[in-house]
Amino acid sequence: MSQRLIELLLEALGETLAMVGLSAGLAVLLGLPLGVLLLVTRPGHILAAPVFNRVAGLLVNAARSTPFIILMVAIIPLTRAIAGSSIGTAAATVPLTLAAIPFMARLVEASLREVDAGLIETAQAMGATPWQIVAKVLIPEALPGIAAGLTITVVSLIGYSAMAGAVGGGGLGDLGIRYGYQRFQGEVMAAVVGVLILLVQLVQSAGDFTARRLDRRQSPGRDGK
Amino acid sequence: MIAIDDLHKEFPGPDGPVPVLRGVSLHVAKGEIFGIIGRSGAGKSTLVRCINLLERPSRGSVTVGGRALSALDGPALRAARREIGMVFQHFNLLSSRTVRDNVALPLELTRVPRAAKRRRVTDLLELVGLSDQAESYPAQLSGGQKQRVGIARALASRPSVLLCDEATSALDPETTKSVLALLKEISRSLGLTIVLITHEMQVIKEIADRVAVLDEGRVVEQGRVFDVFTSPAHSTTRALVREVLNLELPESLASRLRHTPSTASHLVVRITFTGAAAHAPIMSEMVRRFGVSFNILHGHIDYIQDAPYGTLTVDAAGPESGLQAALDFLRHHNLKAEILGRVAETDRAVA
Ligand SMILES: Nc1ncnc2c1ncn2[C@@H]1O[C@H](COP(=O)(O)OP(=O)(O)OP(=O)(O)O)[C@@H](O)[C@H]1O
Ligand SMILES: [Mg+2]
Repeated sequence: MSQRLIELLLEALGETLAMVGLSAGLAVLLGLPLGVLLLVTRPGHILAAPVFNRVAGLLVNAARSTPFIILMVAIIPLTRAIAGSSIGTAAATVPLTLAAIPFMARLVEASLREVDAGLIETAQAMGATPWQIVAKVLIPEALPGIAAGLTITVVSLIGYSAMAGAVGGGGLGDLGIRYGYQRFQGEVMAAVVGVLILLVQLVQSAGDFTARRLDRRQSPGRDGK
Repeated sequence: MIAIDDLHKEFPGPDGPVPVLRGVSLHVAKGEIFGIIGRSGAGKSTLVRCINLLERPSRGSVTVGGRALSALDGPALRAARREIGMVFQHFNLLSSRTVRDNVALPLELTRVPRAAKRRRVTDLLELVGLSDQAESYPAQLSGGQKQRVGIARALASRPSVLLCDEATSALDPETTKSVLALLKEISRSLGLTIVLITHEMQVIKEIADRVAVLDEGRVVEQGRVFDVFTSPAHSTTRALVREVLNLELPESLASRLRHTPSTASHLVVRITFTGAAAHAPIMSEMVRRFGVSFNILHGHIDYIQDAPYGTLTVDAAGPESGLQAALDFLRHHNLKAEILGRVAETDRAVA
């Protein structure tokens, strides 16, 4: 592999990591609370607010059902307002984050829903406030699931970031398209795909490892229930 | 300590509200172990959940320690709940926390300082005999150990009342015994009032002072455990008692009983021993004094709250006058002697 190709790959990888890292970080920061709200504001839950829940659910579904490529174009004015431009790595982070938040939120909500209702009741019987239940029961108990959800989110973001690259977002997708597709340099395309595969593998393994470490439901060396 | 007055609870159903509790009134004294027993679906869990308002009563009032819980809401209700510990059938421990941190949870909720929290948890683990498992996770414990953690956790906020919903139903008989012994011990040593829900009469027999029988959302019988056991009035109670005290005559014997005196027949008498009389050598004296011989058909002795209680069904033979005198003698010694019937001599031979 030529020195030049390696340099290009490293630069593109750095851009991808920056885009994915930033949007994943923001997705956790905003998607986690949103996921919690989606659950606890359900009718009959610890902070029931059915109207809010309905509206938030609809918005999340709307965002999730919009294809990423359309979302990216549709929010260009917003992207300009936030990133100052609609092209480049920083600009790509805006639609990526916007797509990842509802995605992460639904995954968080699903993990939290798996927590045994008996545990919520136990905390209530102890006199816990709804926020104490969220912080001390729901999130810690759902943490392995949340870690798995984050892994899925990051892997999806890697895919989306390649798509963002295609419309001038930089990163590995951009490199692949520019050299591989537009200039017919097959080996660049192959190298990009190879790096993406490696990256996804790495993220998945790290995610699985973390989820396993967090999961205390079964102790090693003993049969689980 | 706990006063429940005319408690009603209904749940919404497809065809209008479904009543689950229909006017339950109970009073539990301080330091007492109060059992509530009933069949599955009788409303036991609903009742106990109404005591700490996990379930809001549809009607009626719940007062704990002089405070009307059913009138409380928000922070006041949460503060009141800290005075009531709860132990669950399926333990409900947080899998993500160690034993120590599970027990510490109620203390974290009220921001107890670190050092005080640590001391309290250490004491509690000592109390339930789990000091050496403090750093284990629930998944590494046996069912009995998990329930001990559940009990320690329930005691962390120094409650005056402990509610146990089927606390031993997921445990084997041996472990059940040890968990019940622990509950009894902490009730005595801490002066704790315990309300214990169960569908097993054995549990009631083991530790409860008084018992209420719940059937279809109503209390159909209540009283001291010994009294309810020895003279159950309601059919549900009798059925539940039968499960642990086997007082029934074997079918083969019951079918041979005659109710009219005939020549050469023997009396079948059921003698019930309670309290001190169970220890006295009355039977042997009866044989000596009245010249009756007897053959034991069926017998059972049990201890309810350390008081012996038993029945002995005998086939007594002898002169009619001797039999009569023997029955009088038994009754004079405060034993209940019921004539169940007579069996013919030939039948006896077959037996
Ligand atoms: N939240 C609820 N909504 C609707 N119906 C309920 C609810 N909780 C309990 N019930 C109904 O109330 C009745 C009594 O339930 P409860 O759990 O109090 O019985 P139980 O005596 O504890 O029975 P078990 O021994 O099986 O635990 C049942 O018929 C049950 O279906
Ligand atoms: Mg129940």
